[in-house]
Amino acid sequence: MTLKGKLIAGLATLALTAGMAHAEGVKVGMITTLSGGGAGLGIDVRDGFQLALKMAGTSDVELIVEDDQQKPDIAVQIADKMIQSDQVDVLTGIIWSNLAMAVVPAAVAQGKFYLSPNAGPSALAGAGCDKNYFNVAWQNDNLHEAAGAYANSAGYANSFMLAPNYPAGTDAIAGYKRFYEGAAAGEVYTQLGQTDYAAEIAQIRNSGADSVFFFLPGGMGIAFMKQYAESGVDIPLVGPAFSFDQNILQAVGDAALGVKNTSQWNKDIDNPANAAFVEAYQAEYGRLPSLYSSQGYDTANLLLSAIAKADVKDADAFRAALEAADFASVRGDFAFGPNHHPIQDIYVREVVKEGEVYTNKIIGTALEDRGDAYAADCKM
Amino acid sequence: MLLLAEQVLNGLQYGMMLFLMAAGLTLVFGVMGLINLAHGSLYMVGAFACAAVAAATGSFWLGLAASLAAAAALGAMVEIVVIRRLYSRDHLDQVLATFALILVFSEGTRWLFGSFPLYLSLPPVLSGAMTLPGGLVYPAFRLAIIFIGAMVAVGLFWLIGRTRLGIRIRAGEADREMIAALGVDIAKLYTMVFALGAALAGLAGALVGSVQSVQVGMGEPVLILAFVVIVIGGIGSIRGALIGALLVGMTDTLGKALLPGLFARFMEASAATSVGSALASMLIYVLMALVLIWRPTGLYGARA
Repeated sequence: MTLKGKLIAGLATLALTAGMAHAEGVKVGMITTLSGGGAGLGIDVRDGFQLALKMAGTSDVELIVEDDQQKPDIAVQIADKMIQSDQVDVLTGIIWSNLAMAVVPAAVAQGKFYLSPNAGPSALAGAGCDKNYFNVAWQNDNLHEAAGAYANSAGYANSFMLAPNYPAGTDAIAGYKRFYEGAAAGEVYTQLGQTDYAAEIAQIRNSGADSVFFFLPGGMGIAFMKQYAESGVDIPLVGPAFSFDQNILQAVGDAALGVKNTSQWNKDIDNPANAAFVEAYQAEYGRLPSLYSSQGYDTANLLLSAIAKADVKDADAFRAALEAADFASVRGDFAFGPNHHPIQDIYVREVVKEGEVYTNKIIGTALEDRGDAYAADCKM
Repeated sequence: MLLLAEQVLNGLQYGMMLFLMAAGLTLVFGVMGLINLAHGSLYMVGAFACAAVAAATGSFWLGLAASLAAAAALGAMVEIVVIRRLYSRDHLDQVLATFALILVFSEGTRWLFGSFPLYLSLPPVLSGAMTLPGGLVYPAFRLAIIFIGAMVAVGLFWLIGRTRLGIRIRAGEADREMIAALGVDIAKLYTMVFALGAALAGLAGALVGSVQSVQVGMGEPVLILAFVVIVIGGIGSIRGALIGALLVGMTDTLGKALLPGLFARFMEASAATSVGSALASMLIYVLMALVLIWRPTGLYGARA
């Protein structure tokens, strides 16, 4: 071996031992959507999560991020790799409910913790709940339930309801109807990924409804809002925050102004944690945070609060530390219910324009300390 | 009655939009024998070019011109750099290579413009709704799409049927070696046909982007429908593409509008909605299957 070779070998050994010393902390695997049409959501969750780690200045957490391409099979492959070869302690990051259903049950069965920063399918909140599964965002139905409660208080009595034909879409309309007390002027399920709503808008025009509830996340919502504004129909719209998040609003433009939507978070919630988050996020990434960013940020802070209290290798202690939810949520009050889903206030927001930027402001509270409809079915 | 009239217009508009996509695809497939999966990417590029130029200059019309230019230029470039090597290969190689192009264009667009949807607004002349004779209120921009689609159809019929270029295109479709032997520069002809198809896709992208959303991956769902259209219409036939596109547009729109109501006559309301919507989304594929049973080469297809 030449001198140069020895030097390289020596350096490599040094780097290896340094690496091993570093790996004492908690290893976190983040599986999220970073490419394709749904990438904006995953990027926001990741950025929020990383911002929290950076602000805490901790070196205890080693984060591995992988792109699931919004495909369940790829998410499962990544999860297997993270659990078996990377040996992560905690998994997080999944945006879509169908991907969560593919990954979460197997991961928690292998004793890993899963912290959901977004997807909250009813199956994982009720009979399929697990002691190692925590949802930091909401149960899927929550924002729709709040929209129903808001519709009552706004005096709407004849709603037209619109959602894509997939599990989260049917859950959305079920959630809305759980609180909404008026009649149904129409109930239409569209294709998932549909971008032309001319036929549905014609039905709305002729339905005689006094309000329209719609759940159309991502590009579907942009398309619907723009076409609705062009159509000359002026029945008021109500929906969950997903179609009105910070990034989508810029693409919808004026068409969204004045629309009421429901969310567990907004940038104007008045507490020190939120103010610090909004300011740091803008400084770091040069854009306003969305609700997905806030969910990623809260998930990381929940994790950090548990790491400070307990060792992740001691599963029972770590679980108890997570259950305590002893962190400053950007939402204000935050607690876990018996099925490890949030109990939180859900607000009504209105889309406004601040300077050149479209954003939301809170105009009221739709539901206070709302848990979810499935907690009673959960036996841990 | 007004509802039905509005739905018929919707079907017509949807059909015209599909025609703009399918016309380019059927030209490339019919004349050059090439399956181009990246056609949807050209649609996306047109939409992004329109949104970017409209945002920079404030003019939708400049954006529209840019979408045509950008898609045609990119189409010509892709044909020269990649597609040209694929004509003699079999369809599987073409599918693989053009699928790779989809990934390159999608991630390239994301790299340039980011993952978040872009904003593209309508010009003031075309925004808002118009009241048609008979009291029907209909968005002005959708009427404009129907008009533009009809103009493009007339233009293409004239180009293919009445001009020297059209004669060459038809000749190239029938026998490419023979017209090359007759002294026609077949390579240049193919580049032109490909660029023309790309420009039409770019135009469709810009028009649709302004009523829907401009985002990465917007082209692929439309591409599938465009393939359905050319299979129904017959591969290589512009007339087939027009008739096929209108059939698909009408079937899809009227199916979605009427089926749930039809089922509600003898079923419970919620069951009728779910059965009706499920069946409506299958309807165009049922139509395709029926047409193929009746005419295996499509409505106006010449090739077996």
